[in-house]
Amino acid sequence: MSTQKVDTTALPGKKPAPKNVQKEDAMWLQKEMINANYHDLAIAHDVGRKVSATFVPGNLNELLMCFDFARSLPETNALQNGMRKKSGKMIMDAERDGHSEDVCTYVKADLGMMMGGEIGPTGEKLPVPDVLLLSYTGCFTFMKWFELVRQKYDCETTMLHVPYQGDGKINESMVQYVVKQLKEEVIPTLERVSGVKFDIDRLRQYMKESTKAEEDLVAVLQSAKNRPSPIDGYFGGVYYIGPIFTAFRGTPEASKFYSVLRGEIEERVRQKKGPVTPDGEMTEEKYRLVVEGPPNWTSFRDFWKMFYEDGAVVVASTYSKVGGVYDFGFRHNPDEPLESLARYCLGCYTNLNFPQRIDMICKYIDEYQADGLLINSIKSCNSFSAGQLLMLREIEKRTGKPAAFIESDLVDPRYFSSANIKNRLESYFQMINQKRRATAAVH
Amino acid sequence: MAVKEIVKRCEALFEDLHFKTVRDWKAAQPGRKAIGYMPIYVPREIIHAAGMLPVGIFGGGDQIEVIQGDAYYQSYICRIPRSTIELGVTGRIDCLDGMLFPSICDVIRNLSGMWQIMFKDKYVRYFDVPQNYMDNVGGEYYVHEMQILRDDLAKLAGREVTDDDLRASIQLYNENRKAMRDLYDYRAEKPWQAPTSEVYLVTRAGMVLPPEEHTQLVRDYIAATDAEPRAKRDNARVVLTGSFCEQPPLGLIKSIEMAGCYIVDDDFHLVTRWNLDDVVVDGDPLWNLAKSFLHRSADTSSKYSMRREDKGKFLLESVRKYGAEGVVFAAASFCDPALLERPMLLEILKKHGIPSTAFKFAENTGQMAPIREQAGTFADSIKLWSAA
Ligand code: SF4
Ligand code: SF4
Repeated sequence: MSTQKVDTTALPGKKPAPKNVQKEDAMWLQKEMINANYHDLAIAHDVGRKVSATFVPGNLNELLMCFDFARSLPETNALQNGMRKKSGKMIMDAERDGHSEDVCTYVKADLGMMMGGEIGPTGEKLPVPDVLLLSYTGCFTFMKWFELVRQKYDCETTMLHVPYQGDGKINESMVQYVVKQLKEEVIPTLERVSGVKFDIDRLRQYMKESTKAEEDLVAVLQSAKNRPSPIDGYFGGVYYIGPIFTAFRGTPEASKFYSVLRGEIEERVRQKKGPVTPDGEMTEEKYRLVVEGPPNWTSFRDFWKMFYEDGAVVVASTYSKVGGVYDFGFRHNPDEPLESLARYCLGCYTNLNFPQRIDMICKYIDEYQADGLLINSIKSCNSFSAGQLLMLREIEKRTGKPAAFIESDLVDPRYFSSANIKNRLESYFQMINQKRRATAAVH
Repeated sequence: MAVKEIVKRCEALFEDLHFKTVRDWKAAQPGRKAIGYMPIYVPREIIHAAGMLPVGIFGGGDQIEVIQGDAYYQSYICRIPRSTIELGVTGRIDCLDGMLFPSICDVIRNLSGMWQIMFKDKYVRYFDVPQNYMDNVGGEYYVHEMQILRDDLAKLAGREVTDDDLRASIQLYNENRKAMRDLYDYRAEKPWQAPTSEVYLVTRAGMVLPPEEHTQLVRDYIAATDAEPRAKRDNARVVLTGSFCEQPPLGLIKSIEMAGCYIVDDDFHLVTRWNLDDVVVDGDPLWNLAKSFLHRSADTSSKYSMRREDKGKFLLESVRKYGAEGVVFAAASFCDPALLERPMLLEILKKHGIPSTAFKFAENTGQMAPIREQAGTFADSIKLWSAA
């Protein structure tokens, strides 16, 4: 690990690192940041702060900060509850309350949490949001989700409709549509709820910070092009994207976090080290994979273990692009703040059409010299999952690399079958070996 | 024509999954083109104005065996996309020169991209509609979307789509909408004369017939059925909702009726009744279509309710307008939009003292007994309740 340290003592809720799990310094730091945000949320109303809730893909964090909102992200709450093994009960409570077993479990975990008195993942009570900023980038379920929350709490809701890239491109009319909604609908609502006047220079300032963090994040994710890869771009990746995909994009803390992280990772590259896993550093990199689809949270460590135990490292993932695709050049632009917010929302991964998603994965397989593609298909999530079988076949055809398909769920422990997944992965690794041998024989 | 014959004709159209009517229509004049669209809504006027036949594709129902389609979808995804793929890969809909995928949900959205990959020689468009209902915001965006469609279809047709073409199509579809309103009003007034199993088929015929012909068919059906009095039963009057995309099998609709329910409103084939009244003909046609969409269109789960108090209003109004005594919520399995909407609507109905029942189906559901039983119990409870 790097010796570079950041002072996190100012952050509330800081606990010493448990000894049985290894993490990079930055991983601890991100955990502190996320916990600190939960504490901020818990005390927000007591200290006279208004609270907003919004979603990860297409989140307008910089804009929300312009109005001094404390910021809650229900998907993050659900996943944190999943990791802490609390989501199963929440989902069942929601189902008992009339929610279908067929629908997205993030929604049910959130609604179940409300039914249980809004006790957040860290054990502190989360406040009822003063405003729901519904930007439904890349998924229709978001729209229903906040309609359900609104029905329950009667809180103010403001909608930002982000058109889908059906043609595989962003046209000016789409950008203008989003910008106009920001100007005529979203900003006035946020002003009214918060009582704070919108100051575009403040937005520009936050965006400058965002750009710094984005630059460093891209460097971190792209470090996986090295052999061995110093990071795991999926399991490790979720720690790396945590701050920037949630309440921290645009803050100096995020800039600091990403610069520390980048430093750590660059040091690992220099030392030709593999990724840090919960059981220590991975020493032998046997398989390099690209993964499509979100991870499972309820058995996150077991799931990860199935990879690193066999020497498999994920060099690139699409999940690490749900809250923003930065590796093809997009950066928030302080000179065109609203347009750039629009382009950010329009460009998130699940807002890309199928051919774009396929192109992106093929590119990753090529540029990160991956052995193949693994799809973790999530039962809950139509946005990701519908069509993934075609995706798999197309990518196999185009790259000539083997692909595999496993199924699980985000936060519903009932749909994580450890034995099945392990079997599937093992045969997949064998398939990669065979393919290698065959290629070696030809050459 | 006797009512039986009309229904038989509609049934034949419904069962014909090789779309012979569409093929015949195209063959009648060289160069004719047909454009498919999926639920729930596309402005068919634009397709028609380009001289093309709009064709509603509502999956394969319970009539085709899905063999290849299943290889494209996991078990936890609804059925309509897989049977639609089956229609595509088996060449059943190769008479279509293009497909439009409206923004209804993530499954149809993703299917648009799959179609682009699988049917490269066809015109494919994801047709987005605004979720912001201000003229200068959502309206402008929507007009632009429609203009893209208009330009694309003009290119495909090899001719301009003029404002006058569009006005003439709006006029024709206004007549169709009027006929559809009359049909629904008639059914609500005399549900024993117009059972939903028939109304469904008559409406569904509008998915493959040119609008003029369909309007006439609807009118003929109303006249023919009115001329043949049928027995009136003491059924419970219900609104059926939640089936706006994947369709229940016809047998399921019949089962609900046989169990003692008169369906007096529904959300099948919403495209035929999306615009709640006439679209203005004079003036800028795209803006007229846009304004009708923004301010005077049906409500459904894939449309955002701007305010909390708007949720369920449309359903409550349907219950009131058609004099329903209860609501049957019938949603396709794994249909996120319908199933996420369901608890909200059920809560609102409860608040208003309107009884409801809910079940799930798949387009190939074969077992009707449990549904018949549930609908029967529901009808009985309504009757008991109203007698008390
Ligand atoms: S369906 Fe998928 S993208 Fe949408 S809210 Fe659920 S998990 Fe998120
Ligand atoms: S049935 Fe529901 S989930 Fe399936 S495609 Fe239709 S709207 Fe989407």
